[in-house]
Amino acid sequence: MTSPLLEVKNLRVEFPTRRGTLLALDDISFDIAPGEVLGVVGESGAGKSLTGAAIIGLLEPPGRIAGGEIRLDGQRIDNLPYEQMRAIRGRRIGAIFQDPLTSLNPLYTIGRQLTETIMTHLPVSAEEARQRAIRLLQETGIPAAEERLEQYPHQFSGGMRQRVVIALALAAEPELIVADEPTTALDVSIQAQIISLLKRLCKDHGAAVMLVTHDMGVIAETCDRVAVMYAGRICEIGPVHEVIHHPAHPYTAGLMGSIPAMDDTRERLLQIDGAMPRLNAIPAGCAFNPRCPQVMERCRRERPDLSDAGRTRAACWLHAQEAVK
Amino acid sequence: MTTTVTPAPGAIARFFDGDVWHSFKSSPMAITAAVIAAVCVFCAVFANWVAPHNPFDLASVNLSDSRLPPAWEEGGSRRYLLGTDDQGRDILSAIMYGARISLFVGVASVLVSMVVGVGLGLLSGFAGGKVDALIMRVCDVMLSFPSLLVALLIDGVGRAVFPNAHDTLAFGVLIVAISLTGWVQYARTVRGSTLVERNREYVQAARVIGVKPSRIMFRHVLPNVMGPVLVLATIHVAAAILTEATLSFLGVGVPPTSPSLGTLIRIGNDFLFSGEWWITIFPGAMLILIALSVNLLGDWLRDALNPRLR
Amino acid sequence: MLAFILRRLAQAFVVMLSVAFIAFMLFQYVGDPVASMLGQDATPEQRLALRADLGLDQPFPVQFARFVGNALQGDFGLSLRQGRKVSALIAERLPATLELSVAAAVIALAVGIPLGVFAALKRGTFASQVAMTVSLLGVSLPTFLIGILLILLFAVTLKWLPSFGRGDTVSLGGWTTGFLTVDGWKHLILPAITLSVFQLALILRLVRAEMLEVLRTDYIKFARARGLPNASVYFGHALKNTLVPVITITGLQLGALIAFAIITETVFQWPGMGLLFIQAVQFADVPVMAAYLCLVALIFVIVNLVVDLLYFAVDPRLRIERPAGGH
Repeated sequence: MTSPLLEVKNLRVEFPTRRGTLLALDDISFDIAPGEVLGVVGESGAGKSLTGAAIIGLLEPPGRIAGGEIRLDGQRIDNLPYEQMRAIRGRRIGAIFQDPLTSLNPLYTIGRQLTETIMTHLPVSAEEARQRAIRLLQETGIPAAEERLEQYPHQFSGGMRQRVVIALALAAEPELIVADEPTTALDVSIQAQIISLLKRLCKDHGAAVMLVTHDMGVIAETCDRVAVMYAGRICEIGPVHEVIHHPAHPYTAGLMGSIPAMDDTRERLLQIDGAMPRLNAIPAGCAFNPRCPQVMERCRRERPDLSDAGRTRAACWLHAQEAVK
Repeated sequence: MTTTVTPAPGAIARFFDGDVWHSFKSSPMAITAAVIAAVCVFCAVFANWVAPHNPFDLASVNLSDSRLPPAWEEGGSRRYLLGTDDQGRDILSAIMYGARISLFVGVASVLVSMVVGVGLGLLSGFAGGKVDALIMRVCDVMLSFPSLLVALLIDGVGRAVFPNAHDTLAFGVLIVAISLTGWVQYARTVRGSTLVERNREYVQAARVIGVKPSRIMFRHVLPNVMGPVLVLATIHVAAAILTEATLSFLGVGVPPTSPSLGTLIRIGNDFLFSGEWWITIFPGAMLILIALSVNLLGDWLRDALNPRLR
Repeated sequence: MLAFILRRLAQAFVVMLSVAFIAFMLFQYVGDPVASMLGQDATPEQRLALRADLGLDQPFPVQFARFVGNALQGDFGLSLRQGRKVSALIAERLPATLELSVAAAVIALAVGIPLGVFAALKRGTFASQVAMTVSLLGVSLPTFLIGILLILLFAVTLKWLPSFGRGDTVSLGGWTTGFLTVDGWKHLILPAITLSVFQLALILRLVRAEMLEVLRTDYIKFARARGLPNASVYFGHALKNTLVPVITITGLQLGALIAFAIITETVFQWPGMGLLFIQAVQFADVPVMAAYLCLVALIFVIVNLVVDLLYFAVDPRLRIERPAGGH
């Protein structure tokens, strides 16, 4: 087994507020193998984006990492001083954010933004950087790349901008890309194009991807494995096909069940009662227990860890009971 | 599991539990500013009772006591804590009465500006179309003129048109002059908020039901826009007081029978070179105190009400 | 873009015309020029004669047209207070005010912008708190008081700098400048600082607020996520975006400077247009007031136009270009 590219172990992220400290990420652990596409899915507020932010070292203060480790290629990166982390950002870990309109500096040409990024990380001349920029734009499917270098972001449409953003993220040839909701702000008709572009390019450049989204369709199309997050914790993780078709955790089952299929003959959408708890009101034991249709007494008292549940790993006492035996 | 039902806390209780009050308590600057402002306002409003002398009562003014330095200096006297001016008037009392005039003009101007500005802003945002365009055009033109110039002009014109004006009229002209430059900010802010609220569902719903537009404006939209208006008003009070002081200093402000702090500073300026610094410095200090504390409060209020900074 | 310029020129024209109208109304209805010129005991025939002479018996539009025609040639008649041509008076005083305003603007920008950037970048530190407090003082102190305090400190107590007048000036053609003599500079320092304080404080707070807003944007986050060095992020990306709105406000402030100069000139007895204007207001010297008004309006309009053009040059989003294509 090749050693994982990214290892996250027992990561805790907290937010001190005047009403007390909120624990936004509670003991998150997962790995990403080189070249793999890991999806991270969950409702708004589950902590998906925070995980990405923690990994690239750009947690917004007052948020801070309160425990655990993050390792890139075996080397710890969560406790690095700013300058060392900066060298890693862009060069070894790239990032893509949700809104392509606001991700690009409106006052700089995209050529300038590209060459600046390339020259920051790679020891190339200005001319070589320019050539690389043109190649990147061509790879992302932007026609007339050379002329486009001199244009400004507002002269591009939404989908094109996101292509530019992808080009920027890949500019310094990183090993891992953290993509935070890359298609949410785009028209549905373009989403598929951009997602397949992302997948293809990362494969070509040999980059792994951590794809954060709330859209299960995107996950199904693109990812190798998927982690399901709930209230700052991972409740299930496993190969995409297994998680979707044989979910072990009741929350995952609820999620999958609530997505209508084309051949669905049901008359009503399946719904999970209640809502995800707020950070300052997370129940004791398993965070999902108030809403779980298969809740047991133990779930209300003890919090389950991720454990083997057959095809996937799930944090649920339904499956951990076998291990206890 | 039984749940107990507690009555929802009243508005006052909610205020003290809310972010605004908490932010106030934890900001020593805001508390200090509020205290200073309160003291100044108190002295100004109750000057009749608080001031040790009445500098405008000619009978109590003693010419032989003129030009006395402050009490802690050589030649000063306990009776006149901050010294006296060339007419024998007590500086401490003069600044209290002067502060009253300054505050009066400042607050009155802001009130007039606020009413006019908020009203026009609501109208502009709600009516839209030509009315909106016209009002905004006027705003643009007014904004491009510095307030001081406009105030000077109106004052100057007022003087020329009513050369023997009654004091009240002079105050009126002054207040109008200062308000005329301030209303634009309110109008713009309120218009912006109105435009946003106007497209909200609750407004559209009210319209569909048939609620009169004016009622929608005042009952529903207005409370939502008062936050920024309050911040504007607070900062504006300081600006208005300073504008009045400037106009009075230049000799075109309040009538000489009711000297404001600006007038006092002007009078004292003549004595600066002869070493009697207290006649101008103490009114100046009072002016600074009031302006500074009000500005601090306004700053703090703006940060406290800004949802993004929490 | 041409359409934009034409539109702005048309706006400018409308503004100037309205100002001219107001100035004209001043002439007509404020005070009685005939009475001021002839005195109290002129006979009715003398009054009528003078009225005819001044063209005061013509119909309104004719008078207005004459007024505008004269104004365009710079002729505003004679000052009621001094009896000299208004245009000559203003021409004499203009260099003093302009030099003072420019000096103050330079100070305000050169100190305000860096301090604002500093206060934003080092937010929360003691130094930035100090900068913010100083800026708060700047907007809480009325300009005249700052002048008085500076005079008290530097002229009366320390006796380092003079407290009134312009000092030795050099005549260059029609322009008198104080920039070429040491004495001129010594006289310029205190008034220039006084005039600049308010603008400096405003610019500082504005730059800080804008910079903080910009630092919160996604593109700055993305720039950091790409591993760009701090210098590039702050002084390349952030600063450029910060300065764009600052340009407009600063341009508008230049106009306010000329108005505030009135106060500074009064405190320091600086022989500029502002002092002339104040004396005119006190005396109800309408021709001077009207001329000053028109001149200031003209300066404003020109400054606004320049600022708009600058905006175009700096922000690519405003330039009209062909529509974006493709996906």
